[in-house]
Amino acid sequence: MAVPNEPATRARPAKLDLAGALKDAALAAFVAFGLFSLMLGLRTDTGASGRLQVSPRPGLLATVVAAVFAGRLMVALIARSRIAADFTRSVQTITPQFEKLGRFVAPALLALALLAPVLFYSNRYILDLGILVLTYIMLGWGLNIVVGLAGLLDLGYVAFYAVGAYAYALLAQNFGLSFWICLPLAGILAAFWGVMLGFPVLRLRGDYLAIVTLAFGEIIRIVIINWQSFTNGPNGISGIPRPSFFGAPFNDSEAGFAALFGLEFNPVHRIIFLFYLILALALLTNFVTLRLRRLPIGRAWEALREDEIACRSLGINTTNTKLTAFAMGAMFGGFAGSFFATRQGFISPESFVFMESALVLAIVVLGGMGSQLGVAVAALVMIGGFEFFRQFEQFRMLVFGIAMVSIMVWRPRGLIATRTPSVFLQKKKIIPADIIEEARQ
Amino acid sequence: MNAPAGEIILDTQHLSMRFGGLVAVDDLTFAAKRGEITAIIGPNGAGKTTVFNCITGFYQPSEGMIRIMHADGKEFLLERLPDFRIAARARVARTFQNIRLFAGMTALENLLVAQHNRLMIASGFTLLGIFGWPGYVRAEHAAVEKARFWLDRVGLAGRADDPAGALPYGAQRRLEIARAMCSEPALLCLDEPAAGLNPREASELNKLLGAIRAESEASILLIEHHMGVVMEISDHVVVLDYGQKIAEGPPREIRDDPKVIAAYLGVEEEEVAR
Repeated sequence: MAVPNEPATRARPAKLDLAGALKDAALAAFVAFGLFSLMLGLRTDTGASGRLQVSPRPGLLATVVAAVFAGRLMVALIARSRIAADFTRSVQTITPQFEKLGRFVAPALLALALLAPVLFYSNRYILDLGILVLTYIMLGWGLNIVVGLAGLLDLGYVAFYAVGAYAYALLAQNFGLSFWICLPLAGILAAFWGVMLGFPVLRLRGDYLAIVTLAFGEIIRIVIINWQSFTNGPNGISGIPRPSFFGAPFNDSEAGFAALFGLEFNPVHRIIFLFYLILALALLTNFVTLRLRRLPIGRAWEALREDEIACRSLGINTTNTKLTAFAMGAMFGGFAGSFFATRQGFISPESFVFMESALVLAIVVLGGMGSQLGVAVAALVMIGGFEFFRQFEQFRMLVFGIAMVSIMVWRPRGLIATRTPSVFLQKKKIIPADIIEEARQ
Repeated sequence: MNAPAGEIILDTQHLSMRFGGLVAVDDLTFAAKRGEITAIIGPNGAGKTTVFNCITGFYQPSEGMIRIMHADGKEFLLERLPDFRIAARARVARTFQNIRLFAGMTALENLLVAQHNRLMIASGFTLLGIFGWPGYVRAEHAAVEKARFWLDRVGLAGRADDPAGALPYGAQRRLEIARAMCSEPALLCLDEPAAGLNPREASELNKLLGAIRAESEASILLIEHHMGVVMEISDHVVVLDYGQKIAEGPPREIRDDPKVIAAYLGVEEEEVAR
């Protein structure tokens, strides 16, 4: 989809390659037949005598294969028409409008987030969903430091989320420390583990780094499962202290939050407090990231993403630079983890599976690596979308897959793929995606 | 090499680099004088870039010693330092044969990354900088001024805010030199800076390198194919062929050296002997 292909896409509609399209469609139909012959073509039922019976469903199979054939034929014909080329181009070149829009979208989203508890005071479901989305926004922003800025593909980010959650749970339960003391401790512990894990693996690059981080993510989870005496294993930790409003618990006691402020007790107070807490944490992540981007360390991260050898030739200690990125990302993961623990009141290793890492990484990649707004929008769409499709449970993954494929086809660098310079002399010019893309090839 | 010690900036002795059975550099001894432009020339595959990679720490030499002596008397053995320390402490900066700019970052940002270590200290290793410490703000201002100076010098002042990857080829070459100079090197190693430049750009490059020699404390080590550039600006030329030094001296002598002519034009062995 790069610029050089453009003349080709334009020239193609002139002649309609029907034979090629038919061949393409036949191949797709063949693949579909191979895939679905066992999945749809055969159905197992419990028979009258309680035994399993196999019943073939040739009709359904034929319908599906025919649908794939027709669909592929349509795609092949439409994709070569001018309409498709124009559409693709318009989606790809939408960026400037996106940027202009971004100036309004970001404050609008922030205002919405700030007002949400007021607007949806009585709607606990929306508030809970908001907390969930904000948690993923925070995780996305944290991982964005590692993946988006420093360009280190980390598939085990959930490990630091787990470290943060267990750090809070264990510190609060065993030593009775309050949330506000545990929060920085959890962050420091997660950052420490980030450095510990990072040190041996950061010699690796690209795919190799991804595989090793994936393994480390699993190692942490498996240690948590097996270290029964310390983490209570697969049973998890329950009864984790709930957060208090700087010492005032959210209950109907004399010293409670409601009594303190002369309000009538309402359990939603705690939800609202949690909402603002995660909003503050997420905004802190955003603020620190934006700030770091303008500091030498942030520029070194981005330079590292662009060209590691050039970095070393300029005297940048690439190992330390990568480690700080890893530690910083891990720290915010740890903060999010301890928030997760205090919100749920119960954590178990099941919350920290690879799927979570993949989800956060998908948010970062779909949002556009390095773009704060893009990550926030992607988290909102993905997590919110998951909830929206809850009624259609069966189709959730289907819609998710379609969304992924469309993004990859039309905006392969994510929703917002441009880069804003960290410093400028005369005029701040947004760097277009194709230059960044070309640079990474 | 009988020059007094203070005059020599880079002293390379018995440098060898082997990759398995391949001897890329074979027992190379040469010295570069302070404030001069020393050129390393030779046919393709003569081992010039390998010498550079040894000096800048990207390769660990198989044998030999590479010593750099700063004007203030500090000495570093480059074969014992990791690459980023060579750049940071021994103050050896380099450019690359195939340009290695941070293409997605602006020209200005490229020059600021080159001043990373100084800015890092000024920002209290980020801890102070994150709160907008005034000392850091001043340091960053100075860094931007320095970048502006070098952008001006290489004729890119108007394109400071353009991404490096969008600049034309010649401008990218000049920007890479500016980036290396922003790290305040004692020794500037340029790997084929004139490659792919048109004659006008090549003569501009000559002027730039001459100005760097005249005005900054950086000595220059240069790999070049472009004989116009080499003969015009270099003070001393080292000729390599098959990893060995075949000649050394001022450009005038080198131009007429039969061995050098043979290496470049591929004359029969017997003819050289005669």
